[in-house]
Amino acid sequence: MSVLLDFEKPIAELESKLNDMQQLAEENNVDVSEAVKTLEDKIKKLKKETYANLTRWQRVQLSRHPDRPYTLDYIVDIADKFQELYGDRNVKDDKAMVGGFGEINGQSALFLGHQKGRNTKQRQIRNFGMANPEGYRKALRLMKLAEKFNVPVICFIDTPGAFPGLEAEERGQAEAIARNLKEMFMLKVPIVCIVIGEGASGGALGIGIGDRVLMLENTWYSVISPESCSSILWRSWEFKEQAAEALKLTATDMLKLKLIDGIIKEPLGGAHSDPSGMSTKLKKTISDTLLELKEIPIPELISQRIDKFSSMGVVKEN
Amino acid sequence: MSSWFQRKEKGIITPTELKKETPDGLWYQCPSCKKVIHSREHKKNFYTCISCNYHEKIGSEEYFELIFDDNAFTEINPNLTSSDPLEFTDTKPYPDRVVATIKKTGLKDAVRTAEGEMNAKKIVVACMDFRFIGGSMGSVVGEKIARAIDHALKIKAPFLMISKSGGARMMEGSFSLMQMAKTSARLALLSEAGIPYVSLMTDPTTGGVTASYAMLGDFNIAEPGALIGFAGPRVIRETIGKDLPEGFQSAEFLLEHGFLDFIVDRKDLKQRLSDLLSIIFFKAKVS
Repeated sequence: MSVLLDFEKPIAELESKLNDMQQLAEENNVDVSEAVKTLEDKIKKLKKETYANLTRWQRVQLSRHPDRPYTLDYIVDIADKFQELYGDRNVKDDKAMVGGFGEINGQSALFLGHQKGRNTKQRQIRNFGMANPEGYRKALRLMKLAEKFNVPVICFIDTPGAFPGLEAEERGQAEAIARNLKEMFMLKVPIVCIVIGEGASGGALGIGIGDRVLMLENTWYSVISPESCSSILWRSWEFKEQAAEALKLTATDMLKLKLIDGIIKEPLGGAHSDPSGMSTKLKKTISDTLLELKEIPIPELISQRIDKFSSMGVVKEN
Repeated sequence: MSSWFQRKEKGIITPTELKKETPDGLWYQCPSCKKVIHSREHKKNFYTCISCNYHEKIGSEEYFELIFDDNAFTEINPNLTSSDPLEFTDTKPYPDRVVATIKKTGLKDAVRTAEGEMNAKKIVVACMDFRFIGGSMGSVVGEKIARAIDHALKIKAPFLMISKSGGARMMEGSFSLMQMAKTSARLALLSEAGIPYVSLMTDPTTGGVTASYAMLGDFNIAEPGALIGFAGPRVIRETIGKDLPEGFQSAEFLLEHGFLDFIVDRKDLKQRLSDLLSIIFFKAKVS
């Protein structure tokens, strides 16, 4: 049973009406093709309008849609011969961060990303996509391997944040993220980062230093989640819609602010409405991007990477 | 016996508005052990408690005086101020908040950067001010630190970062987040050039600041008792639904878990830094 967000409901209602109509027509053997056509057009129009005019908060809701494809869903679709690799070689294997080598259109690559769970049990195992320090260290270990074998890195970002737990602090959550930032800048292979769902704060940025940083259309990327922002600045959880507006956290916002390099369009209705269509599109984008980056000599690639992030920020100089 | 020495009425009856205030700044009461000492004494002791060694929060002005010989230094990019790229409004517009804070604190933003000499050796120092919107890191903080690192690279002087921050500044949204990336990029370059970077964490150092430049020192050091962490204690408590153990996220806790090289008393800071840098850098450079 799929889950419906508020703004998905009117569309779903029309769709079920259409269904009923078709069924009724079939049972009574009457021609309703005219009415079906009208209704179909109406649905299409409503869908287009709805998804073109989503508020920022509604995009946040879409990015968290429980039916949305997660990192491993995409990897399975995109990568050939995928070999998942585990562990940070120090403490344990973090199930909220997955990674391994595979091929995309014949090109070797490291696939890496936050992993969320689909049902209660999986969510627990995946810790809701919130990595511990081990996750970031596992990611770095794999990236270093990729560098050693001269294989580009693809990072899928989808996290409500790095895990704010007791053990996470004990084992140096901040240090793990900070190290990744520094090391990723110097990594001698191309890096492509794609926000496929939620991009919350340092937890996202910890695998987010890329030569190309892209966002799927219905995702968000910011310094804090709208809920936490509301709780801190408005001292209540009730202002999350306002916080989402204020933070300017959608893909369109981020591109306009020049903090990302591009947006990957989603199927009408969001990635979950046509996962395989989404995968095909993602695969092509990644593959094209890798080909483009392959042409740039590594020292230049690294200095462009550093320059790009160094230019981010707006200050008044007087 | 006459009761001339006895109170006729019970308790303190002076209304609040008639109470006489002690002149501000004459006496200092330690918030930790409650001992009261003369402010002059407190200052002479580098704003640490003579009785319990509690390190009072101080700002860039005091740290610069502590580090630089004869308090002589040249400030780098002193006039950078915050813009409002998101046109952010919470309970009040962000530019109003900035203007009010500049007026209140006399500071331009939450970090000051300077070049000077420490025991006759050149050093570049960036020091955060908690009084400026909780020492939060926005574009100005990131940019000033980045430029200070570039300056250290240029003059081949060690870089000292004194952190004191609640984390990233929400009012600049993703721009604040990207300052973590920017500063880490510059530090990677500094590291490649073989120039030492010392990160001093003071009370408090949390959030995005800890998860970027504060934890990237060749030497990560801290003041005693400083709160250092990624997530704030309140958030962790809410997440795990339990009270946190005594001393959790203190400098001593981090030292114990292997994330600090050492903890240093403020009064020893200058000499200790000089010694360390002389062993690994200044001396090595001349020979």
